[in-house]
Amino acid sequence: MGNEAIGLGALAAGVRVVTGYPGTPSSEILPTVSARKNGPIHVEWSVNEKVALEVAAGAAMAGARAMVTMKQVGLNVAADPLMSLAYLGVKGGMVVVVADDPGPISSQTEQDTRTFGLFSKLPVFDPASPEEAYEMVIDAFELSERYGTPVLFRPTTRVCHGNAPVALREAVAEAAPARFVKDPRWVIFPKLSYENHVKIEQRLPVIAEEFSGYRFNSLAGRGRLGIVTQGISSGYVAEALAILAESGRPLPAHKLLRVATPHPFPKTLAADFLDGLERVLVVEELDPYLERELQRLAGERHQPVTVLGKGSGHLPLAGENTIAAVTRAIGGFFGFDMPAAAPAGAATQPAAAPPLPARPPVLCAGCSHRNSYLAVKRSMRKRRAIFSGDIGCYTLGNAEPLNMVDTCLCMGAGINMAQGLRVVQPDAVQFAFIGDSTFFHSGITGVINAVYNRTPIVVVVLDNSTTAMTGLQPHPGTGDTMMGDIAPKIDIATVLRGIGVQHVEKCDPMQLEEAEAAVVRAVDATAHGVAALIFESPCIHVCPAGPQYVVDADACQCKECIIKLGCPAILSVDGKAWIDNSLCHGCDLCLQVCRFDAIHRLSPAEAAP
Amino acid sequence: MKANIVVAGVGGQGTVLAGKLIARAAMDAGLHVRTSETIGMAQRGGSVVSYVRISDAPIASPLMAPGTADAMLGFEPGEVLRSLHFLRPGGTLVVNEHTVAPVAAALKQTPYSGKAMIDYLATCGGRLVVVDGDALCAEAGSPKVLNVALIGAAAAADALGLSLAQIEDALRRSMRPHLVDVNVRALHAGARAALRAAPRETEAAAP
Repeated sequence: MGNEAIGLGALAAGVRVVTGYPGTPSSEILPTVSARKNGPIHVEWSVNEKVALEVAAGAAMAGARAMVTMKQVGLNVAADPLMSLAYLGVKGGMVVVVADDPGPISSQTEQDTRTFGLFSKLPVFDPASPEEAYEMVIDAFELSERYGTPVLFRPTTRVCHGNAPVALREAVAEAAPARFVKDPRWVIFPKLSYENHVKIEQRLPVIAEEFSGYRFNSLAGRGRLGIVTQGISSGYVAEALAILAESGRPLPAHKLLRVATPHPFPKTLAADFLDGLERVLVVEELDPYLERELQRLAGERHQPVTVLGKGSGHLPLAGENTIAAVTRAIGGFFGFDMPAAAPAGAATQPAAAPPLPARPPVLCAGCSHRNSYLAVKRSMRKRRAIFSGDIGCYTLGNAEPLNMVDTCLCMGAGINMAQGLRVVQPDAVQFAFIGDSTFFHSGITGVINAVYNRTPIVVVVLDNSTTAMTGLQPHPGTGDTMMGDIAPKIDIATVLRGIGVQHVEKCDPMQLEEAEAAVVRAVDATAHGVAALIFESPCIHVCPAGPQYVVDADACQCKECIIKLGCPAILSVDGKAWIDNSLCHGCDLCLQVCRFDAIHRLSPAEAAP
Repeated sequence: MKANIVVAGVGGQGTVLAGKLIARAAMDAGLHVRTSETIGMAQRGGSVVSYVRISDAPIASPLMAPGTADAMLGFEPGEVLRSLHFLRPGGTLVVNEHTVAPVAAALKQTPYSGKAMIDYLATCGGRLVVVDGDALCAEAGSPKVLNVALIGAAAAADALGLSLAQIEDALRRSMRPHLVDVNVRALHAGARAALRAAPRETEAAAP
């Protein structure tokens, strides 16, 4: 997998410290280092991306090679230290891996880390495949150390989660011992920032010139037409050219430029590419980054060349590229008569296809978040209430029939947005739901803000003892670390009491009536300030399944289990509820809501193996 | 030698591992291979598609063009239909006949019939091999081996460009020891099922 290749590349480069916060599509890089390391290498899931970047920065200031991993929205959290670190620089090589997610497939935004490179003035590497990512991460460490600057390493989902055989090399460097040397260069002050800003601006053209000769940038072909591409889109361009060649029409002469180091932009190489060109098509994902660079360069050269791409409507501004879309764009660019839609495959559709059911992701069968949401929903039936959500599996509580997520912005935002909502709408009870890992990531400061500003909200911590959505990573509340150590568990209730929340109650959401009573107590307590309720029940992926259940079809009448729960294990068969025991996790919530006593627990003897 | 394979199913059914296992067997055979998987949000019961491309020549992209898949492994009839535009003329569909009903289907009382999906697939041009995934899992002795059973069926239907023995070797090398036996049983159960189920050569697929 591409993410494994990045982790292995870092090990080959002699990385000494690896930190990160989980986030799709970056989450598998750090566990690879943890699993494959052989030596004194420190690996940690940090509390959030800002912390992760700062831990890595400290190590790199001392001269160790360090890597930090995150997804693209994580870089927003880590932006503060990164922007300043760009001015201070590093001693040991430091690679900031930021995985972008065109689509987006599992993210809030389609932001482009290449543009962040431009903004932060940091070099950016943009690999096109797992095997290239392996080699390139080694180059990134080397360049970082040589210029004394952190570098951004930006794979996208199809590189991160693609598999390909990767030839591993002998380690090029050992994880070397490092010692911090005291020096005013590590203390940022306006005067130093000015001096370093000058140096950075002087250095960027030097790195750009080096990038013009970089081994993974390439220029081929000749002619008056040119195609520019990057990352995974390079593969789509190659496929599209092969498809167009097979269609029997001779391809017009063209040049092909592939940019693996978008910032600082390799101008000399791009100028060679532009020589003699009349029209250029840029095939890239996310921002029209290369498109803008080429337009700027053409302007500088006073060259009358037309640069086409996202801006001209030849390729979509949003979403992932596909081979079909790239084939259409290149075919049109070559002047071929292209059908408007993708060429129909064999699967010609002779008759009207049956309608396909929508299949959005849902809370798992037996997920305790369903119980927590239901407890709040039921106890607020006759009250006006607004439900602010957050980032995690529990965002899926937005779907019908629960419909319990009214807002979702970014990690940690729910607790704060609930305060803003409360200020303008004091007649509604303001709930803020947050998961355990997200609470540690960026929830605590928000609670402090509510306590300090006396804004009475109900904070509901959905504690399932893991970071579920990204693949069950440990966090400060789980009691284990990526170094295999047993760590002290940080107790969320103690934290909340410590920062001044007067009403803090823990409760098992699997017992619905008791959970509802706890919700009412928390809402009543908001008369005196912030109230917190911690629903504790482990994720079904970290605890064994419970007993099996069966529906007595003759007794089944209310369908509350279908109408109210949205459990994927409960189906409607011949108008009656039916439990699919291959999906059921044995939580018994359906039994608790059934008004006709139609659901029964199977004895071990009756249960299917 | 070249094989494009689409693996389509529902998050949690084991599609990612299926793609990895086929890729591993191809790698062991010294072939080029590229895959792409859906991990993350879509794993929670959503639609998931993996792409596996195998070739004796270098492969440019992990994704494939519409109409170029030689085989599709369908873990769920509706999910096969969702990705059907990838199948090439005469390509092979290996489909589990059992549906996974989406929550919305129960909630809105919208009928969702696997049989209607499969009847439709039979009219779409291609070789259709329908297997009873539940029975294969029961035969192997675990509900968690549908992925390997489908690979066995596809290999027996000659749809992967890899032999059953090559898959079995890869499985023995890559799986944890206590999981090998049940998965090998599932692989062969799938293969036998494919051989029993005479492929339905469909109308549009006349050579």
